Amino acid sequence: MATMHVDGSEYQVAATDNVLHACLSHGLDIPYFCWHPALGSVGACRQCAVKEFRNAEDRSGHLVMACMTPATDGIRISIDDPEAVAFRRSVIEWLMTNHPHDCPVCPEGGECHLQDMTLMTGHIYRRYRFTKRTFRNQHLGPFVAHEMNRCIACYRCVRFYRDYAGGRDLDAYAAHNHVYFGRAQDGVLENPFSGNLVEVCPTGVFTDKTLGEVYTRKWDLKGAPSVCVHCGLGCNTTPNARQGDVRRVLNRYNGEVNGYFLCDRGRFGHGFLNSERRIRRSLTATGGVASPVTRSAALSRLSELLCEQDAIGIGSPRASLEANFALRRLVGAERFYSGLGSREERLLSTILATLREGHAATASLREAEDCDAVLVLGEDVAETAPRLALSLRQAVRQAGMATAERLHVPRWQDAAVREAARDVLSPLALATPAPTRLDDVASFAYRAAPADIARLGFAIAHAIDATAPKVADLAEPVQRLAARIATALTAARRPLVVSGAGAGSEAVIGAAGNVADALCRTGRTARIVLTVPECNSLGLALMRAQPLSAALTALRDGRARTVVVLENDLYRRADAATVDAALGAAVHVIALDHVRNDTVQQAELVLAAGTFAEASGTLVSNEGRAQRYFQLLFPEDDIVASWKWLNAAAVACGRSAPWRSLDDAIAALAKEMPALAAIGAAAPGTGFRVDGNRIASEPHRYSGRTALHADRSVFEPKPPPHDDGPYTNSMEGYYGTMPAALYPYIWAPAWNSVQALNKFQAEVGGAMAGGDAGVRLLGSRLASRGYARDVPPPFAPREHEWLIVPQYELFGSEELSALAPAILERSGQVRIALNAQDAATLAVADGETVAVALTPAAVHAKVSIHPALPHGVAALSTGARGFAATALPAFAGLSRVGNVEAVS
Amino acid sequence: MERPLTRNIHPGSLPLDIDGYERAGGYQSLRKALKSMSPEAVMKEVTDAKLRGRGGAGFPTGQKWSFVPRGKDAAGQKYLVVNGDEMEPGTFKDRLLLEGDPHQMIEAVIVSAYAIGASIAYLFIRAEYVFAAERIARAIGEAEARGYLGRNILGSGFDLDVHVHKSAGRYICGEETALLTALEGQRALPRSKPPFPQASGLWGRPTVVNNVETLCNVPHIIERGAAWFRGLSLGPDGGTKIYGASGRLKRPGAWELPMGTPLRELVEEHAGGMREGYRLRGLLPGGASTAFLGPEQLDVAMDFSSVEKAGSRLGTGTLIVLDDRTCPIGMLRNLEHFFAQESCGWCTPCRDGLPWTERILAAIEAGEGREEDLDVLAMHTRFLGPGKTFCAHAPGAMAPLESGLKQFRGDFEHHIRSKSCPWSQ
Repeated sequence: MATMHVDGSEYQVAATDNVLHACLSHGLDIPYFCWHPALGSVGACRQCAVKEFRNAEDRSGHLVMACMTPATDGIRISIDDPEAVAFRRSVIEWLMTNHPHDCPVCPEGGECHLQDMTLMTGHIYRRYRFTKRTFRNQHLGPFVAHEMNRCIACYRCVRFYRDYAGGRDLDAYAAHNHVYFGRAQDGVLENPFSGNLVEVCPTGVFTDKTLGEVYTRKWDLKGAPSVCVHCGLGCNTTPNARQGDVRRVLNRYNGEVNGYFLCDRGRFGHGFLNSERRIRRSLTATGGVASPVTRSAALSRLSELLCEQDAIGIGSPRASLEANFALRRLVGAERFYSGLGSREERLLSTILATLREGHAATASLREAEDCDAVLVLGEDVAETAPRLALSLRQAVRQAGMATAERLHVPRWQDAAVREAARDVLSPLALATPAPTRLDDVASFAYRAAPADIARLGFAIAHAIDATAPKVADLAEPVQRLAARIATALTAARRPLVVSGAGAGSEAVIGAAGNVADALCRTGRTARIVLTVPECNSLGLALMRAQPLSAALTALRDGRARTVVVLENDLYRRADAATVDAALGAAVHVIALDHVRNDTVQQAELVLAAGTFAEASGTLVSNEGRAQRYFQLLFPEDDIVASWKWLNAAAVACGRSAPWRSLDDAIAALAKEMPALAAIGAAAPGTGFRVDGNRIASEPHRYSGRTALHADRSVFEPKPPPHDDGPYTNSMEGYYGTMPAALYPYIWAPAWNSVQALNKFQAEVGGAMAGGDAGVRLLGSRLASRGYARDVPPPFAPREHEWLIVPQYELFGSEELSALAPAILERSGQVRIALNAQDAATLAVADGETVAVALTPAAVHAKVSIHPALPHGVAALSTGARGFAATALPAFAGLSRVGNVEAVS
Repeated sequence: MERPLTRNIHPGSLPLDIDGYERAGGYQSLRKALKSMSPEAVMKEVTDAKLRGRGGAGFPTGQKWSFVPRGKDAAGQKYLVVNGDEMEPGTFKDRLLLEGDPHQMIEAVIVSAYAIGASIAYLFIRAEYVFAAERIARAIGEAEARGYLGRNILGSGFDLDVHVHKSAGRYICGEETALLTALEGQRALPRSKPPFPQASGLWGRPTVVNNVETLCNVPHIIERGAAWFRGLSLGPDGGTKIYGASGRLKRPGAWELPMGTPLRELVEEHAGGMREGYRLRGLLPGGASTAFLGPEQLDVAMDFSSVEKAGSRLGTGTLIVLDDRTCPIGMLRNLEHFFAQESCGWCTPCRDGLPWTERILAAIEAGEGREEDLDVLAMHTRFLGPGKTFCAHAPGAMAPLESGLKQFRGDFEHHIRSKSCPWSQ
């Protein structure tokens, strides 16, 4: 620790920090632009100037940039010094010379860091009387709008996009006050983290285009803490709503999970909420004709059907713990099925066993960033768990950080660290069937079929610990590669192994577990990350239900007559013929869901279920972190949280006490399921109050409360009660420091932008004050796992068939986000990647179409020839069409169709 | 009077080829250094010679070299980079040396690279210096053919490859860290210091960046000794200096003279005084980024400390002379236009402040000046000063403006009051 003197007061700070970081962490206001807690210091904007004094006697001092000055012990600075104040005001005056002053029509207005900093510095009157420079704006795709005239050239956009996220198609062009931030030409921003530019940009150059279509000021947006539902990582989000519609999703800071950044799927996937396939009214179907029913009619029909004894329930990895539990309670534990496809079921239980019984602890995304050697086995994380890929991009910088440290360059000196580090990267070994978006930072890339990837993993584990099973008949080059990766992992201080369900192979997960265990058993502190497909996959796995296949068999055999399907499209889990046979044999099919899908079409009763926006609940992320999301929308139509539908029916059938709030649901769940007993701690309960007050869900400037409804009534409607969270659903109530899991929005006096977060963190860029949100359920490991011993035989290419492996896609593969218009615009065609030799065998050229003879129906796919793909393996991507990825990998024949359009 | 740097340079004739250069005594320093001196001894000689950087900042060369990590722990690639990006307005001394005696440059590079242990050297040459780049490239070829470059030079075990890099053309490339960034093929932005290039320079490796004229002194110091070199000077800093002058003088040009030659001697003797009908109103002693000296300051000695005492900087030692028939505000506008245009756009005060000063000066010239404009200009001279901006570009730009505001205060006020420029009528 060091003592820092600021305007006569003493502060204890970390000597490794810079003065700006230290001051902001102590709640002192210093304006800044180019500095960002995740991006470090570069000294470009000169906005954070303060005066530094040599000693107590020095009265004149000299101006320094707080962000570029180490907080050395005994340092004396002044923020209030008149020259520093005048200089900071001048910086704003300079920035304003070319700024268009279009705040009234700028989407950033009201949450603009430039506005905040302008007020903070006291710049008011404009003295610059000359013309301003103007720019041409670019079309950057469906996510991000561009208005370059507002640019103050802080360089944050390119530093985030290029340096942090590895993007290449955004850059700084030209020079002096004509410096331009954009693409070489108009076009879609390619990087999957482009949406963060909206929050990184301190003014209105990069704004949320999807918000722009339904634009509302920040102060008119209601918020609720939420958790992203578009993959299994559990990134924290804040959806914002007005007039009953979610207008945008913002990042919600969680120091242990997503930090400051989201992927574009997570930020723009919310468009599914308003998709034309949304179910807003419950329906009954008779003779193939669906008609809306009232909530009470739907409920009585539900109870009527379910009070029969033979109903079974099929749960879902994209429904909350509470919803799954309510279904289990309703139908009984022995008639509750997980809703996971057989392969997925096996993969998830392998993952859960590895996490629980393995020797290595799971890494949070934050911890993954600190790892200095990474092995990714089989999982294309950039497509299946994108935010993790961003963390791995930071992990490979560890070696460069060490280089900088040797030169005594502090970590926060971003430009200098990058200059010193150069292309020095920590080892990242990627073993996947097809190329990935992380290849540019990989030290080793191995392209092979899942079985061979597993074999590589087993060989690495054996190379680390000779007691781990040996791989027989391993090809010499693979043997050497395994040895090199083993050396890299054992040389690291914090090695990390990443794998997941994506390769569709238990052997791959087993091999990953072996590598992590081998490292731990030989005395290293290794960590492991296993990704899961959906937002509550791990939570469902922890509930331990029977597999979907058993439910389908029971229906087909007539052992069960009524089935309740919870937020699950069974056609994505099992092949259509099997599902058709089961649902066809069932007497009553009841579906709860929020979007129409093939399963819903088969139901005689469809209950309009709440999404993350219309319900509160708990999800468990891939690292076993239980996290709460709170209801944001209180629709006037019949949308109800699934757990409420199911509990009401259970009450009607006398199978459960009524749950008056989420607290009751959680209490019942915790009592019955010890593995989930801790989930109550994920967030404070509905009874949480600050000085007797609930938390305001709307900012205190929220406007138009009566005007919004004036077409119906001039009286202000009573806000709906928030039964499942400690919120008021209005602008009345408490706002201030609160438990991290509860912030409905982020705002502080004089800090209207997302940068207000500084005021709520224990330390800037660190944990939230009072600790980050969520509770880890897999805290104590058993460390009892013996080495997995099922080393698969090497992959053998077949004569007339190819091993079809899934090529997951960031935009398209995930069920819900694929319904969002902006995401849909980015999703691709149905494609299949082959190597040149295999393409020649099939006599197909790049761009031609082949039929993939999957059961039960063939798929037409456009061929892209890729030299890296192993012989005998083809990678199938299905764009937004979705496919039963859980059925892959599988062998299938390929045949040339010729030059026709693939089905998209 | 000895003029070691320009001894082989004869206006109007082509530079010496390698034979001619050797006949004139060239490459003897190379032999002496590589065959009989350790790198440390070469460095010590340069330090003792009190050679200071001729690019403008005047940093002691030996000291700069001494920051390069040495010894067993400092293995790995090191670089020597020659800063030949001579874009300072009014300055043309390095061009003279590059075009006039390319082999002197090559020999200087070899001896200096030997001293700091660099096995790769780059000559970063201003985009417009086409002849210089051609002649240097030819000289490199000749030196390679003779074994003065490449592997195991003169059997010493020392290797050196020299490459010419022609700049894409920006003033900021003269700033040593921006030069390195440009050399790497990136946007020419300066870097923060520390770390200094000697620790983390080109491609993150230890690097020394020296000016052309600075390095050209090195072979002579090695050949004839530090004491001889110090003796060339009239003042405390060693050696000769190539001074130059432009403006309405009788004989504008460049001359190699003892370091510390009085300004008056330069103006009145070597440049022949002002042309008929012109009177001296002031001058910038060392290029566009130095402060004005007035006619009453002609007795100042042109060495680093004396010019600084007089309120300006020696800079590149090439004078820009302002006469009484040229509007000083027009001259300042022209200078600030240059500096505003050449700002790299990285830091706010420079990027957005310089264009503002340029436009105010243009407004004053056009008779649209306001009283308060002088306060705004003065604010810029304070807040674009050293330490407040990212690099020295803006402080350099403010040096003529700050001194000009004092020295030509009456002209400014007259422009504003009369709403016109007296010189343009």
